[in-house]
Amino acid sequence: MVFADATILFSDIHGIPPGIPKILPQVMIDVFIISLFYYYKFKIERDENISSTDLLWRVFATGLIVTMVSLGLRLLIFTMGETKITGNVIFVYLVYQINLSLFLGFLLAALTVWKRLIIYQKSKWLVRAWTVFELLMFFILIYDSIGLQKSSWIFTPVNMILSLTGLYLSANMKWVAYLNFKQKWTSLLLLLLTVFYILYFTFTVTTSSQTIADQSSSFLSFQVHIFNIALLAFVGLYCIFSFLVIAFNLPTSSAFEQKLEEVVNFQRLSQSIQTEQNEESVYKILLESSVSSVSADAAWLEIKTSRSETQMFTKGITEKEAQAIRLYFKEKNITGILNSAQDKTRHISKHLSAIKGVRFKSIIAFPIYVKGDSIGSISLLKELPDGFNKEMTRIISAFSNQAGISIENFRLMEEALQNERYKEELKIAKMVQKSLLPQKLESDKDFEITAFSESADDVGGDYYDTLRISESEVALIIADVSGKGTTAAFHMSQMKGIFHSLAQGERNPHEFMSKANRALIFCLERGSFISSAYFVVNTVSKAVHYSRAGHCPILYYHADENRTEYLKDKGAALGMLKGPSYGNMIESRCLNYNTKDVIVLYTDGITEARNNKNEEFGQDRLAVALQQSASKSSLEIQEYIIKQLYDFTGTKNINDDYTTMIIKFA
Amino acid sequence: MVHIKRLQEEGTDVLAIVGEIDASSSIDLDLAIAKSLSEGYTKILVDCSALEYISSAGLGVFMSYIEEFKEKNFKMVIFGMKEKVANTFNILGLDVLLTIVPTKQEAKKKLSEI
Repeated sequence: MVFADATILFSDIHGIPPGIPKILPQVMIDVFIISLFYYYKFKIERDENISSTDLLWRVFATGLIVTMVSLGLRLLIFTMGETKITGNVIFVYLVYQINLSLFLGFLLAALTVWKRLIIYQKSKWLVRAWTVFELLMFFILIYDSIGLQKSSWIFTPVNMILSLTGLYLSANMKWVAYLNFKQKWTSLLLLLLTVFYILYFTFTVTTSSQTIADQSSSFLSFQVHIFNIALLAFVGLYCIFSFLVIAFNLPTSSAFEQKLEEVVNFQRLSQSIQTEQNEESVYKILLESSVSSVSADAAWLEIKTSRSETQMFTKGITEKEAQAIRLYFKEKNITGILNSAQDKTRHISKHLSAIKGVRFKSIIAFPIYVKGDSIGSISLLKELPDGFNKEMTRIISAFSNQAGISIENFRLMEEALQNERYKEELKIAKMVQKSLLPQKLESDKDFEITAFSESADDVGGDYYDTLRISESEVALIIADVSGKGTTAAFHMSQMKGIFHSLAQGERNPHEFMSKANRALIFCLERGSFISSAYFVVNTVSKAVHYSRAGHCPILYYHADENRTEYLKDKGAALGMLKGPSYGNMIESRCLNYNTKDVIVLYTDGITEARNNKNEEFGQDRLAVALQQSASKSSLEIQEYIIKQLYDFTGTKNINDDYTTMIIKFA
Repeated sequence: MVHIKRLQEEGTDVLAIVGEIDASSSIDLDLAIAKSLSEGYTKILVDCSALEYISSAGLGVFMSYIEEFKEKNFKMVIFGMKEKVANTFNILGLDVLLTIVPTKQEAKKKLSEI
C-alpha cells in the first residue's frame, strides 16, 4: 500500500508538468486498486473461521486506521498554517490523492467483507451474480482509464446491469439472522461508524477536489470515474441496508434465539440417553429444558417409581407446594393431566387461584409416555394468568414426547445390556454342562457304547455317564433333570456327583436309586425332580441289572427273536418323595443279554419331538428305527435313529434337550 | 398355552385344564391350585379331558403338592386323562403317587371314599 501510495505520489508529481502522458496516474491508480483488491481477497477470504461481527470489525478497524491517517494529515496542514505550500495546487492535489487512495483502500476492504457476508449461505445464483458484479466493476475500471469520454450507448446498459446486480446482491442479508442479540448491537455500532467514515471521506475528497478544480481546469474530479462512484454507492448501500435490517431484526431476535435454544434443548434431550448414566439425568434435562423454553416460573416432574410411589423433581417450587397443588386437584376431582388419565389440561389453570397460598396463576401439564404407558407427568407454572400460549403448549408436548422416547430408549438399552449379561452367563452354564458329560465312555470286549446329546437353545439338563465298578462290572446312567437353564445344569452336576460316589460301591440298582433319592431331596427345590435309569452290566454273568426311576421306558432289542420291547418297570422319579416310602416305589430287574442285543436309552426330547403337523416322534417310530438298524454297529444305529428323527421333524432345532445312549452287545 | 377354568360343585373345586402345560404355563397350574387352597377348598378335582400335553415341569407341579396334601389331609383326584398324557404320568411313576381315575363319576366317588 505504501509502495502504491509512493508510486502515485511520484506519478502525481510527474503528472502535473505537461509532456508526461496523462494516462499514467490513472494506470497507477488502477494497479493500486487491483493489487489492493487481491490483497484483501487473499487476506480476508482465506480466513475460514471468522464470524460476521469479526468481519465488520475488520472494516471498522481499516476505517479507523485510514481515518486516523487522514485526520493526521489535516492536523499537519493545520499546524503548518496558511503557508505557501498549503496553498499550492500541487500540495493540495497530493493530499487529495493520498486521501482518495486511503478512501479507495477502505472501500475495497469493505467490498471484500461484504462479499463474505453476501455469500454467507452460498447458492449457485448468488455466486454467479457476484462474479458478474466483479467483472462489471473491472470493466468499468478499465473503461474509465482508457476512454474518458462517456459514450452513453455502452455506458447506460452497463450501468443498468451493474445497478441491478448491486441491488440484487444487497438484498442478501442472511447472516443477520444468525447474530444473537449482543452481536446485533455490536454490528449496528460498527456499521454506524462505517457509514460515518464513508461520509467523512466523501466530504473530504469532495471538498479538496472542488478546491483543485477551482484552480486547475485540467483536473478531473474522482466523481468522473464511474468505478469510484459505483464502489462508493454499493458499499454505502449495503452498509445502510444491513444497518436497517439489523435494526428491524432486533425486536425479533430474542424469539429467534429462543427457537434456537429449543432446538439445542431438544438435541440435549435426545442425546442424553447416550451420555447420561441414569434416567434421573433425563428427567432433570427435561425439567430444565422445558422451563427455559417457555420461560416458566416453576415446574415439577412427577415420575411413578412403583405402583403407589412417585418421585418428584422440582424447579422454582418446593415439593410441599407442588404436593399441595396436586392434592387439591385430586380432592376436587379436577380432570386434567395430573391424574394422567387425560391429556387435556385446559381450564385447570383457573382452579389455581382457589388454592390458598399459591402464587401461580397458570399451569399446564403433560403426561410422559413410555411404550404407551404413562410413567408420569410434567407440570409448568407461571405467576401470570394465561401465561402459556398455544406455541408453548406444543413445545412442552414435544418435549415430553421426546423425553418419553429418551427414557424408553434408555430402558431398552439397559434391558439389552441385561440380556447380554444373561446370555453370557448362559453360555458359561452351557459350557459347564457340556463339560459334565463324559468325553469317553467305558468299553468292553463284550459291548460297545455310544452316546449323543444335544441341548436346546438354552442350557440343558440331560445327563449320561458310565463308570467301571470292577473288571467285569460297568455302571451306566441316563438322567433328565426337570426344567431348563442354569438350575437344570446345576442339578445335573449334583446327579453326576451322586452317580460317581454311589456307583463305586453300590451294585444294586434299587439301593442306588433309594440312596440317590435321599441325597437329592435336600438339593432339589419344590416341583423339581430327576428322572433316571441306572444299569449295572456284568460281563461274567452276562446280565443287566437295572432300575428305572421315572425315566422313559427302556428300548430293548432281542437279536435272537429280532424284536424290540419297551421295558416299563415301575419307578417314581428321584426327588418326588421325601420319606423312606420311596424305596417301595422303585423296582429293579435283572435280565440276561444275548449277543447282538441292543439297549437304547433316551430322554423324552426324542419321543416328544414334534413335526410341523404337531405329531410326536413317539415310541413306535423309535422302535421301528431300531428294528431297521439293529444289525449295525452302535454308532451306526445312533446315526440312523438321529437321522430318522431329523427327517421326521424337518429340522435340527428340537425344542428340548435330546439324548441317546446305545449299548450294543458283542 | 393353557387355560384353567374353575367351577365349584358341592363343596369341591373342579379345575378344568384346557390346552398344553409346558415350562412356562405350569406356573398357571401352580397358581390355580394354590388359589383354590387359599380359598379354603380341601377337595379338588382336576379335569384333564382337554389337556393335550404336559411337560415334566407340569408334572412337577402335581408332584410338589403330594406331600402337602398328605400332611393336611387334603384330597385331589385327577380324571379324564387322554392316553398320551396318562402315559407321561405313568413313566414318571406319578400314577402311583396321585389318585388318577378315568371319569368324573369315579372321581367323585373316590373323593367321598378317601
